[in-house]
Amino acid sequence: MALRLVSARMGPFLRQRTLAAAAALAQQRGFAAAASDDEKLTVTVPVPFKTHKIDPPSQEVETSKAELLGFFTDMYKMRRMEIAADGLYKSKFIRGFCHLYDGQEAVCVGMEAALNYDDAIITAYRDHCTHLGRGGTVLEVMAELMGHRDGCSQGKGGSMHMYNKQHNFYGGNGIVGAQVPLGVGVAFGQKYNKLPNVTVAMYGDGAANQGQLFEALNIAALWNLPCLFTCENNHYGMGTAEWRSAKSPAYYARGDYVPGIKVDGMDALAVKQAFKFGKEYALQNGPLMLEMDTYRYHGHSMSDPGSTYRTRDEISGIRQERDPIERIRKLILSLELATAADLKAIEKESKREVDEAVDAAKSSPQPEEKLLYDHIHSGTPANFQIYGADRQHVTVKL
Amino acid sequence: MQRGTAALLRCARFLGELQPRRISSLETARCFSGAAMQAQPSAPEGYDGTAELKRMNLFTAVNDALHIALDTDPNSYIFGEDVSFGGVFRCTTGLAERFGRHRVFNTPLCEQGIIGFGIGLAAMGSRAIAEIQFADYIFPAFDQIVNEAAKCRYRSGNQFDCGGLTIRTPYGAVGHGGHYHSQSPEAFFTHVPGLKVVVPRSPSKAKGLLLASIRDRNPTVFFEPKGLYRMAVEEVPIGDYETELGRAEVLREGSDVTVVGWGAQMLVLERACDAVEKEGVSCELIDLQTLLPWDVDTVAASVSKTGRLVISHEAPITSGFGAEIAAKIAERSFLKLEAPVARVCGLDTPFPLVFEPFYLPTESKVADAIMHTVSF
Ligand SMILES: Cc1ncc(C[n+]2csc(CCOP(=O)(O)OP(=O)(O)O)c2C)c(N)n1
Ligand SMILES: [Mg+2]
Repeated sequence: MALRLVSARMGPFLRQRTLAAAAALAQQRGFAAAASDDEKLTVTVPVPFKTHKIDPPSQEVETSKAELLGFFTDMYKMRRMEIAADGLYKSKFIRGFCHLYDGQEAVCVGMEAALNYDDAIITAYRDHCTHLGRGGTVLEVMAELMGHRDGCSQGKGGSMHMYNKQHNFYGGNGIVGAQVPLGVGVAFGQKYNKLPNVTVAMYGDGAANQGQLFEALNIAALWNLPCLFTCENNHYGMGTAEWRSAKSPAYYARGDYVPGIKVDGMDALAVKQAFKFGKEYALQNGPLMLEMDTYRYHGHSMSDPGSTYRTRDEISGIRQERDPIERIRKLILSLELATAADLKAIEKESKREVDEAVDAAKSSPQPEEKLLYDHIHSGTPANFQIYGADRQHVTVKL
Repeated sequence: MQRGTAALLRCARFLGELQPRRISSLETARCFSGAAMQAQPSAPEGYDGTAELKRMNLFTAVNDALHIALDTDPNSYIFGEDVSFGGVFRCTTGLAERFGRHRVFNTPLCEQGIIGFGIGLAAMGSRAIAEIQFADYIFPAFDQIVNEAAKCRYRSGNQFDCGGLTIRTPYGAVGHGGHYHSQSPEAFFTHVPGLKVVVPRSPSKAKGLLLASIRDRNPTVFFEPKGLYRMAVEEVPIGDYETELGRAEVLREGSDVTVVGWGAQMLVLERACDAVEKEGVSCELIDLQTLLPWDVDTVAASVSKTGRLVISHEAPITSGFGAEIAAKIAERSFLKLEAPVARVCGLDTPFPLVFEPFYLPTESKVADAIMHTVSF
């Protein structure tokens, strides 16, 4: 219990490591004196919050050197991991359905900076980085992608089904929109048990058109449940641009009677501010909608080149002007919190970590065969049968 | 003693298929690896032998049928997620360009809404051809299909119907689809009076059966074997023809055992029949084609002749449609049966991400079941 509290207070993932790494770097370079790691800094986020039926949070966001270096490290690692997954897919180590998150990293790290692991998260299938955000390792993700035993779901879930029970990650879900009502149920559990925590139910702009989202929203509002309905608006649902499928693409305002905030989802600090505000609000008042204006660089999944329904200019324009990692890099450099060389060193370290995880994931064995018929029910149903090649002789009766 | 050895051999064969291997090679364990399949050469019904033939794969045949459907009835519409861009399997390519975006249109991502909308449109007398992107995503629309589409005619005393509704949806294993891109949910729908359920096995059948489904005056769920979209290639008659619903097709005649399946599984069954025929077993292979209503007479007549029945499908065995066939044939052909009816199906597990070949009713599992049935 004590341990758990500590870990909760530590907050976002790998903070410990990041801090240590940053401190070590700082010492090496001899700029530790400039700003201590935890000294408060205030940064004004450039894009104003747009709101629906609520006053916006302040654009002045408190942060620290440690936090900014943490953002940089974590987002860079996420990016490397997704690029590695892309390569592994092309070399057929990963098969089937695989949806990459690169471009959207700021949502993940900004959100985690305002939450702790006792808060719950549930999302859809674009979940690799969410798993890292919840404190998972690159190895757990990579091995899961390959269907190997060291995966976070023992290799049984694959790309779309990362889970971390200990840190209240209720997983990646394959059916578009289905996760949102589940999140409302989790939020009810939190409220009923008087926990000081919220649930983040994440969904895409495409999923925003599923009816069950509105059923869930009504329930959450009716019972004032601490649920943050978080729309990661990357502007496309597969090949469909938001305006083709939504009468109103103002997703933050589509809760009608539920207030909402539109956030620059490419700015980790803005995301953090919105979630910090959102958590406090939801604990006191009930649900809130948060729309994250973000972008995915890759296609929808590995079979989508991502360039038939949008222009290459659009993609490269966003990379140049709004990239979440470059934004933090610039901020760190302009505040002189680290040098370009320091950041390069962090990048190098991330690459090494990802490469090592990839190797380890490759050599991780396939799940044990008995896992095929395990975990279907609790306990073993009396009459459950698996038959082999010869139905009479190789029947496994459980 | 002999029997023990045979069983061992069969085990060995089975295990060989299931050696742990890289995911990349899992697909080789799938039934339709290798060269493109050549489907049965039997002439499609309604085909008078004079029409020109064209080599097509299955998705092109579906596309061809949809062109004809829209061309022959101006009051017909195609809609679904991304269909005006061609859909994820390219089945609707070129239709929006040809017939306009008011007849071929994208819907938002909302399966329940898509099917409910289709029922209303069909109730106006239109032909509403809806696409559900994967059969795994049909469940949000299950209520509309079961409670609205299927009962519309009955509960209104035949004042209204939605017979013009056809729901196309790709189903089945592809080698690496995992839990939500592989399922075969046909049996859920065969449990619903008022629906028709159709599953083609090849390009020419896909075309003929799809046209028949679209024009049939009952709401129809049309499952397309997505593993065969590109893989299955054959000569398909160009022009308009329909393959009668509710009729099975005998693909090969035989005297020792009747083997029944549908859709992509037919290919596995064909190979299993080839394998056991080398050991002197004569199989009568039947493609059911329509599951609701299914052609009991053809299967019963065959079983009366062979005395033995093996049924195979990819869906889990328990409450799969094979159970219905087994029960019906036990009733109809009880005195003719010389062995218990055998079912070779998917396991009673969720469709697995890893171990797909363990789950699937592969060629050797089927061959072994046939051998066991004939030597019962
Ligand atoms: C019920 C259901 N319908 C369709 C799909 C197929 N599908 C998977 S993702 C997707 C697009 C979702 O887009 P969005 O919600 O914007 O999320 P994003 O992929 O952009 O993260 C579709 C149509 C599905 N998984 N589940
Ligand atoms: Mg989207």
